[in-house]
Amino acid sequence: MTAAAAPPAPARPGFGSEMGRAAKAFPTLLRIGVSEVVAYRAEFLVWILTTNMPLVMLAIWHAVAADGPVGRFDQRAFTAYYLGVLAVRLLTSNWAVWQLSMEIRDGTLSAKLLRPIHPILALAAEHLSAVPMRAAVISPVVVIMLYSGWDRLLRHDPALLLILLASLVGAWLLIFFSMVLMGSLAFFMESALGIFELWLGVHAIFSGYLVPLEALPHWVRGAANVLPFRFMLGFPVETLVGLLGRHDALMALGAQWGYVALFGLAALWVWRVGLRTFSAYGG
Amino acid sequence: MALLRRYTRLFRVQVAISALTAMQYRTDFVVRGLIAILWMAVTLAPLLVVFGVRKTVAGWSFPESLVVVGWFTLLHAVLEGAVSPSLTAVVEHVRHGTLDFFLLKPADAQFLVSTAKIEPWHVVDVFGALAIFCYAFAKLGRWPRALEVGAGLAFLALAVVILYSFWILVVSASFWVVKVDNLSYLFGSLFDAARWPITIFRGALRIVFTFVFPIALLTTYPAMALLGKLDGKTALAALGGGLLFAAIARRVWRRALALYTSASS
Repeated sequence: MTAAAAPPAPARPGFGSEMGRAAKAFPTLLRIGVSEVVAYRAEFLVWILTTNMPLVMLAIWHAVAADGPVGRFDQRAFTAYYLGVLAVRLLTSNWAVWQLSMEIRDGTLSAKLLRPIHPILALAAEHLSAVPMRAAVISPVVVIMLYSGWDRLLRHDPALLLILLASLVGAWLLIFFSMVLMGSLAFFMESALGIFELWLGVHAIFSGYLVPLEALPHWVRGAANVLPFRFMLGFPVETLVGLLGRHDALMALGAQWGYVALFGLAALWVWRVGLRTFSAYGG
Repeated sequence: MALLRRYTRLFRVQVAISALTAMQYRTDFVVRGLIAILWMAVTLAPLLVVFGVRKTVAGWSFPESLVVVGWFTLLHAVLEGAVSPSLTAVVEHVRHGTLDFFLLKPADAQFLVSTAKIEPWHVVDVFGALAIFCYAFAKLGRWPRALEVGAGLAFLALAVVILYSFWILVVSASFWVVKVDNLSYLFGSLFDAARWPITIFRGALRIVFTFVFPIALLTTYPAMALLGKLDGKTALAALGGGLLFAAIARRVWRRALALYTSASS
């Protein structure tokens, strides 16, 4: 390709107009995302099936709880908890870290930088548009979950329902920002994905993904309340199956959104600093 | 015989090249080692929690389950260190059309692609597995007899063959549907269930994990062999089934290869 004469640099748009433009583009981006998911539906289903660990853990706790409950959990409570984990996990997870680190490394990011929309916003739209399809796929799981957990579901408290909805949004944002943060590390180092794998390992324990946090030793639970992982998964699930009262849930919600703000700022900062070192090899 | 000698030499060369490549990225090497240790801890955590609540689960005591986890860790090392990396690369080769370069070489293509890439840091997992075995048997207060170790090793070979055959089937699928890299993730996630003794699972999961994706053959039976709990008939049936499976996988690979049209590059 020959270098075209550089067009006169456009005046840098103000922050307000940039957001306005993004808002206008967002519905279209979402539509594109949805049709992409539909086009690769087989692949999409395989990805969903990959999240099968909660079912395996459910089978194990079922065997354990066959001769009497474990703490506050009997067999039905375990079913509700792990199906809740499965549903929340599938609803809130995305693959931004793989996409971002790959695009940075192979240079496809250059093309996205040319678009008149912030690449992270475009990324968010892409991943957000998979949510409706994911919701459709998990609906049978949710029905079984509602049935087995009905007695204690949300403690039949409408306020907890609102908290749950807010916590799901918070969990999605927190996961997305943490992935952008670690994906952006690929600007600086080769092993960004390795670091993400370490993160996943810690997440598996401290988020309540493998084992309900209540069943863990005291010090692990203490650490989990401070670390960000519980707010990505365990907190919404605990609210859903009625393990948390109003007061505890509100406190946790505050902490969660605090983490959302923190990770959001950190992710944008790493992104900006990293972008300056980006030299777009290939593409 | 000469053929065998030739392939052994070829194998040694392939391993040496992989090791050299891996050693070039030293930071990555250390990070990967750390990840391996961390995942071992993550593997053990649910087990510790479960056996913190109960003395036995589905007839398995804590040290006995540790033997299963030991096998799981060992096979995980084989799978992630020697089987998956090469075969993930094949999927790429099929998509890009670079598989041509393997087909042109004067050696069996399946052998070449299967030994193309080895990730040596998974040796950490092997040591971890040995440590887990030692701890478990010390706790049991009973060490396996020579015959039981022999049976265990036979099962290890069988498990590797089965894992490998499964992978060859997944890779063969790439000749038909091209985009199967996420099938490999599905495979890995199913394999994760192998850290638990098969008797814990009931109903549909039990059937899936015995016949469809036989984690019973991969970890539970070898552990039972080491513990001296496996009778001879079951062992022979398992060995026969595994070998049959490998033969089928080889046939499917040949059929799939015949479909390859080279995507050009």
